[in-house]
Amino acid sequence: MAKKIDPRNGAVIRSTPKSGGWGSPLVYFISLCLIAVCIAPVIYIVIGGFRTNSQITQDPSGWPNPWNVSNYTSVLGMPDFWRMAGNSLYIALITVIAIVVLGVGASFVLARYKFWGRNAMYMLFASGLMFPLAVAITPLYIMVTKSPLANTPWGVILPQVAFGLPQTIIILTPFLAAIPMEIEEAATVDGCSRLGFFWRMVVPLSLPGVITVAILNFVGSWNSYMLPLYMFNDAAQYTLPLGVQQFSTAHSQDTAQVLAFTSMAMLPALIFFSIFERRIVGGLTGAVKG
Amino acid sequence: MSETGVTATAVPGDALSKVNVRGGGATALPPSGVRRRRSKGLSWRGRLEITLLSGPAIVVFVLFVIVPVFVALYYSFFAWKGYGPATNFIGFDNYTWTLGNKDFWSAVGHNFAIAGLSLLFQGPLAVLLALLLNQKMRGRSLIRVLIFVPYVISEAIVGIGWRLMLSDTGAINGLLHRLGIDSIVSWISDPKIALWTLMFVITWKYIGFAVILMLAGLQGIPEELSEAAAVDGASYWQIQRHIMLPLLAPTIKIWAFLSVIGSMQLFDLVYIIWGQYIANISGTSTMAYFMAQNGRLSGQLGRGSAIAIVVFVISLVVALAFQKFVMNRNTEGALTSKED
Repeated sequence: MAKKIDPRNGAVIRSTPKSGGWGSPLVYFISLCLIAVCIAPVIYIVIGGFRTNSQITQDPSGWPNPWNVSNYTSVLGMPDFWRMAGNSLYIALITVIAIVVLGVGASFVLARYKFWGRNAMYMLFASGLMFPLAVAITPLYIMVTKSPLANTPWGVILPQVAFGLPQTIIILTPFLAAIPMEIEEAATVDGCSRLGFFWRMVVPLSLPGVITVAILNFVGSWNSYMLPLYMFNDAAQYTLPLGVQQFSTAHSQDTAQVLAFTSMAMLPALIFFSIFERRIVGGLTGAVKG
Repeated sequence: MSETGVTATAVPGDALSKVNVRGGGATALPPSGVRRRRSKGLSWRGRLEITLLSGPAIVVFVLFVIVPVFVALYYSFFAWKGYGPATNFIGFDNYTWTLGNKDFWSAVGHNFAIAGLSLLFQGPLAVLLALLLNQKMRGRSLIRVLIFVPYVISEAIVGIGWRLMLSDTGAINGLLHRLGIDSIVSWISDPKIALWTLMFVITWKYIGFAVILMLAGLQGIPEELSEAAAVDGASYWQIQRHIMLPLLAPTIKIWAFLSVIGSMQLFDLVYIIWGQYIANISGTSTMAYFMAQNGRLSGQLGRGSAIAIVVFVISLVVALAFQKFVMNRNTEGALTSKED
């Protein structure tokens, strides 16, 4: 009952994590186990790409001996791989730009204008959270194939934008509402129109929120699988997730090559994540705190 | 006490944490920044600005999120393969086919099993890990990053990795062989095991997200509370149990909601690991998998639309029931700021 606070493990006094100090060994042990479980499959895929098929058949859980780079070099030499990476990048970039442009506009209206139907408009977007993409995908496919969007990247981009908007608006609206009225008044006094205020003040001031939204949607688009699976018939339009799946089926006997291809496909996401780690982790937790 | 959890789900250090203190659920509109504007009607100029700024977003949203539901409703009454206009009106046949299909109901069962098992295992595990990691220790930010890696990689890519590792001649059985266990386990195809395999992969993929979410929630709890309890002689675990856990409840509920909604939509992992046909036999098919299989992939778009409507209704009922019976209890005070 009368346990003292251990100043070393800081179990009770929670101060800023930067102030150093070592936790108890048990915590480190559990953390290490957790990390091992999380990372091991990823490492297995990367290391497996350095093995040969005969090595993998003989001992599926072994270490490369000798290390063999040819799987990776052959993936890097595949035009297909680069085309899929290009498709993924193109779709993700356009999606992000469109979501930011449309999302900031709508959020600005919701945050800074008073008008009849404002609440209804917010409810409309918020209701989007109740419409899962997995449900809408069949009718979306019907709509897109009957339209000029069929078999173009836009057939994936536009639905992604639409389904990304609710979360974007829910994140950005409070952000824009928090910009002090005084700034807007000062801008008006200085002869700035409402739209001028939007461009010169709102867009720069909401940049942190915009970046969070942009990163979340970029990762979402980069990883998206079901939408491209439904929309694209032509392998020339495949994105990386579709391409990995197709490659693994086409080369099901060549496990080492599949592993190399898979690692190369996840590399961009990992690099992107390590650069923006803070914002992704913070943004995701921020995004759901509603 | 409940009023102290103002920023229970806010992330310190993140720019977002300062804006959403009013909280109150995703469906509540934050008060507009406009406070002192005179309440006269909008000028034509104001209307034009509103239309210009929000019009495109509304059009795209309505066209690609709301309209599809009605499109699905329309085509669900036709036997239609996607060529030419739909003329073969068959009434409710697609619905009776779906609702009378054994595979559909087992898929529904799997969705609910996955949702339930996620809450049962992932939730407590995530809370426990977050409580453990919510301490002063070296390398905490590195741990945060590393447990998040599975979440960031595409389902398709980790799915391929797990499929290879879990196959009969894969690395997991190889590892077991190394440890002296020689029986080959069919992790993917054995119907007795497959659902648990899927649960394991799901937990692996999403536990990092749950832990990060819980950690963010824990960091919103004021330190004074646990300090005061410690002064009063409470032990470490007493503090966790009686102070941290109750104050974390709003975060746990939000996570649970997201987890249940996610479970209802599960598709990518099942489709990648089990392929287009095997999930039905191995007992891991989900509603979205069933829909893809019997709709788009078999060219039966009318039937696929009917399945979509049924899935939509099921998901909506689950989401609304969850909102009503879980989310609204006790969360009001804990999520609302005192100094609103």
